[in-house]
Amino acid sequence: MNTQSNAVSASAETQASTVAEIPAERLFYWALRRELWESRSIYIAPLAAAGLFLLGFLISAYRLPAKMRDLSALDSMQKHQLIAQPYTYAALLIMFVTFVVAVIYCLDALHGERRDRSILFWKSLPVSDLIAVLTKASIPIVFLPLLTFVITAATHVFMLLLSALVLMASGGGTAELLSHAGLAQTWFMLLYHLLVVHGLWYAPIYGWLLLVSAWARRAPLLWAGLPLLVIPMFEKVAFNTAYLGNLLGERISGGGPMRTDVATGLDAMMASDNLLVRPGLWIGLAITAIFLIAAVRLRRSKGPI
Amino acid sequence: MACIEARGLRKTFGKNVALDGVNLRVEEGRIVGLIGPNGAGKTTALNAILGLSSFQGELRVLGRDPWIERDRLMNEVCFISDVAVIPRWIRVWQAIDYVAGVHPRFDRAKAERFLDKTTISRNSKVRELSKGMVTQLHLALVMAIDAKLLVLDEPTLGLDILYRKQFYDSLLSDYLDRRRTIVVATHQVDEIQNVLTDLVFIHRGRIAFECSMEELESRYVELIIHPEQLSAARALKPIHEHAGIGRSSMFFHLAPGNPTREQLSALGEVRTPSVADLFVAVLGDGPAIRPQGVAQ
Repeated sequence: MNTQSNAVSASAETQASTVAEIPAERLFYWALRRELWESRSIYIAPLAAAGLFLLGFLISAYRLPAKMRDLSALDSMQKHQLIAQPYTYAALLIMFVTFVVAVIYCLDALHGERRDRSILFWKSLPVSDLIAVLTKASIPIVFLPLLTFVITAATHVFMLLLSALVLMASGGGTAELLSHAGLAQTWFMLLYHLLVVHGLWYAPIYGWLLLVSAWARRAPLLWAGLPLLVIPMFEKVAFNTAYLGNLLGERISGGGPMRTDVATGLDAMMASDNLLVRPGLWIGLAITAIFLIAAVRLRRSKGPI
Repeated sequence: MACIEARGLRKTFGKNVALDGVNLRVEEGRIVGLIGPNGAGKTTALNAILGLSSFQGELRVLGRDPWIERDRLMNEVCFISDVAVIPRWIRVWQAIDYVAGVHPRFDRAKAERFLDKTTISRNSKVRELSKGMVTQLHLALVMAIDAKLLVLDEPTLGLDILYRKQFYDSLLSDYLDRRRTIVVATHQVDEIQNVLTDLVFIHRGRIAFECSMEELESRYVELIIHPEQLSAARALKPIHEHAGIGRSSMFFHLAPGNPTREQLSALGEVRTPSVADLFVAVLGDGPAIRPQGVAQ
């Protein structure tokens, strides 16, 4: 019996190996498209925020000529700050919206497909759990930072054009506006900030959310959020220390102490120090990898709920 | 070669034993009905075969371990499970695009042809379709995949009789002429009887009975008994007796030492039992039988 069944297995294996397989990058491509089909909010929400901001900016434009006249009394540094301010606000708003979108996306990514039983459909197709989870992780870690950058840059261009038009129409010059907006510098800092902080530094947050999303039977938000509140509190009560709380605070604030003065400008916010040389970033990425491996294993074994 | 080969397949959920040492061998090209009451272990067995759940024991599907290689196995295996599982947010064209994108054996033109025969619009979302339409869509996707093994778990549950008939008709017309293996799990036995080549009864996590349809015809008979012959028939040790209004029937196993077809036909009308009757005869309240081929 054994020899016979071994022979059967062997012949089956040779037969199986001849089947054409879709290359992994094509599977990633389609898995990514599928995510964008399902979660349209990941691009609609930041676009809507940008649109709303532009509308507000448009309404404020009637004050612009007067504002530019007042500016002439100020020194160069203050001018720069005042002119660059709305551009900073636009970037912060869109960044905040995509961060919220990323959190909501992650919490639902591996939970929703089990809740609506569609996981049985996805699993009936030759896409591995690894590819599925990595695609879902790449949305907040890679896709959303890049999307945030593109939407923000486009918003800035619209704002600049609008300002220039208003100033030209009112007979003023646009030279001061263009020289002080400093968009090239801002964009460079913004891209760096998005990729390093929102992508890499926040990666363990997204990894954790995806893990909980793969594990929780219900209320993933609760399961993801409560330990982060309760465990630091436990540490404080039990040992009167605050290592975990500080660690979490540092993670969420983007590497520095929590900032409340958002108006200090993108430059200041992003130039704090180079996160890439901090061991915390690389430890965080290792932890992300562990979370994602666990999520892959959970996706394999957990069925619909 | 065996398409599915299971030895000592076991699965427990806590203290509840869902599969209790299942031995099963499904040869290529067969259409096997996995038949059992609710909670018998049908879905658990199919989930193990499809790589959807872990298991103990030995299991090879098309030469692969489904738990380790689910994604590669799905290049050659299709399945439709009990309820509509196509995500409700997806549009019909997106579902087609996606399957065409990730499946090497998907024939897009074929799926399109199938859909053209329905009233399903390509731009509809699945949530806008009726239950029958969702099943048609799923069927269009699955039928267009040139798979070696098709697994159906209660595929027609919740569909009306028209769709059910349509479902099995298209299944048959499409699959009958190919070298393909189909495993259908259901408890609506009657509607698949004429489709099957093999029967497997599963009960309390074990294979209670298995035979081919030819064996069923040659080895089992149902006897519609003339009332005056009742006691004579009972003396021949039927495996099951079924008393109806105005007439009763008994089921016999034609094996050496048992009564022959000729003996029985003297007592009444002899015919091949339906699968449903055989199922009740084997698993119901009648005396237990141990025919050949029973895996215990």
